[in-house]
Amino acid sequence: MSPVLGEYLYLVAVVLFIVGLKRMSSPKTARSGNQMAAVGMLIAVVVTLLDQRIVGYTTIVAGLVVGAAVGAVLARRVEMTAMPQLVALFNGLGGGASALVALIEVHAGAADVRTGVTAAASILIGTVTLTGSLVAFAKLQELVSGAPITYPGQKVGDSLLAVGMVAASVMMIASGGVPAWAWAATAFAAVLGITRVLPIGGADMPVVISFLNSLSGLAAAAAGFVIDSNALIVSGALVGAAGLILTMIMVKAMNRTLGNVLFGAFGGAQEGAYGVDSGRTARRATPEDVAISLAYARSVVVVPGYGLAVAQAQHALKELENELTKRGVEVRYAIHPVAGRMPGHMNVLLAEADVDYDKLFDLEEINRDFPHTDVALVVGANDVVNPLARDDPASPIAGMPILDVDKAKTVVVIKRSLSPGFAGIDNPLFYLDNTLMLFDDARKGLTQIVDAMKDV
Amino acid sequence: MEDLLVPITVFVLASFAGFEVISKVPPTLHTPLMSGSNAISGITIIGALLAAGVAEGPASQILGFLAVVFATVNVVGGFLVTDRMLGMFRQRDGQR
Repeated sequence: MSPVLGEYLYLVAVVLFIVGLKRMSSPKTARSGNQMAAVGMLIAVVVTLLDQRIVGYTTIVAGLVVGAAVGAVLARRVEMTAMPQLVALFNGLGGGASALVALIEVHAGAADVRTGVTAAASILIGTVTLTGSLVAFAKLQELVSGAPITYPGQKVGDSLLAVGMVAASVMMIASGGVPAWAWAATAFAAVLGITRVLPIGGADMPVVISFLNSLSGLAAAAAGFVIDSNALIVSGALVGAAGLILTMIMVKAMNRTLGNVLFGAFGGAQEGAYGVDSGRTARRATPEDVAISLAYARSVVVVPGYGLAVAQAQHALKELENELTKRGVEVRYAIHPVAGRMPGHMNVLLAEADVDYDKLFDLEEINRDFPHTDVALVVGANDVVNPLARDDPASPIAGMPILDVDKAKTVVVIKRSLSPGFAGIDNPLFYLDNTLMLFDDARKGLTQIVDAMKDV
Repeated sequence: MEDLLVPITVFVLASFAGFEVISKVPPTLHTPLMSGSNAISGITIIGALLAAGVAEGPASQILGFLAVVFATVNVVGGFLVTDRMLGMFRQRDGQR
């Protein structure tokens, strides 16, 4: 194939990516959009395989077979609750591939300044994405603690790593691409990716994953500068922009700044003592009590949180919805932007349980309806319904947009205990006069409510 | 750095295109959007294939092999899992 024809076909691939992403904006067209993007990728791969510069196919075929097999198995087997860690893993591998492309380019010999600079960018961004994503994966998979891991001298250590990383890159560029310097830069970046993500708490994972997603795009774009490929530059820029938009949406939903999330070591036990008032008592309810108040309600708004995902309770929740709908109760779902462990995670879990996406409402849409709601059912959520965020300017989560469930006539909270959520802050919602607490695992609690409802 | 002018222009314009195209995605689709765009970032597979195809010497070949494996897992896994998720969204739509 002539190189010019190849370039045109790469353009076709890129156009398919853009149109595909555009179609992702509606549930009706999203699946075909994803398929269009996949076709674009197939075109790009075939064009590349026909490139005259390629001298041997053994390594390529071996890599394609292994990669496709691993990718397909992971994609088919993953539980929807584990989607965040899978996306983190894929992000990391994409970043790692971009770094490797640049490293190979450096190994190929004498690099001019331009190649050196762009290769350094690709290596650094790609490697940080790889190791940062692997740590995020380990945290989400609970291989390491989800709480922020901090140690003395962290900031100084990270600064030294950053300086070392830049210095090694400069040496690589100045030396005309000596591979040893490239590997030194890679090593510094690898450690920095690890130490940068370890101190970030589990509750901030939606931000971290979105940000790493953005970085994986930038790494691809940087690799595009190295090998002079417009297809890589355009696609990488698209993904970089997408990841950045999602990152900012998540950051805004937590009333934080990106810098604060990445460098703040927020959440976990260190703030556990905040605002605890042992003088109050929560009203404990039985599944029967809850079943009665739900069955006689006209409108119910369900607020699912990560506890629902952990307990795999989405199917039990759908059963409850069916039972209530049968009785003429209007059931809707209120989804906080940071519910779950990645943007939109809760929507996917509910979709898996066959909940109609028309019944899912955003924070702004549903908040004005809570005063007219008979029962707000909070399942495994905590910080996103904490009135302190709204009412107490001194609270660490002050200003974070919350779902105003306390304005509903009755609030039912299914939760294993009164313990604080990821932000480590006590929740006064649990002690309100109109709040009923059902202390149980989300799935067991919901199943018992459904059973009790059959007798109401 | 004059020869970087064109690629940087392409990069900046594509970023703006990305912001425009993606800013309208509803929260319901944020997870599939992320895994789908993640698969697109696997476009680096082009670079990996070229690198592996022209690699000489064992070091470059091993690196090339790894690059192809990483990128292929990213691409194949990313598109498949996105399709699986979106299938769950669509299924119910068809029942109505």
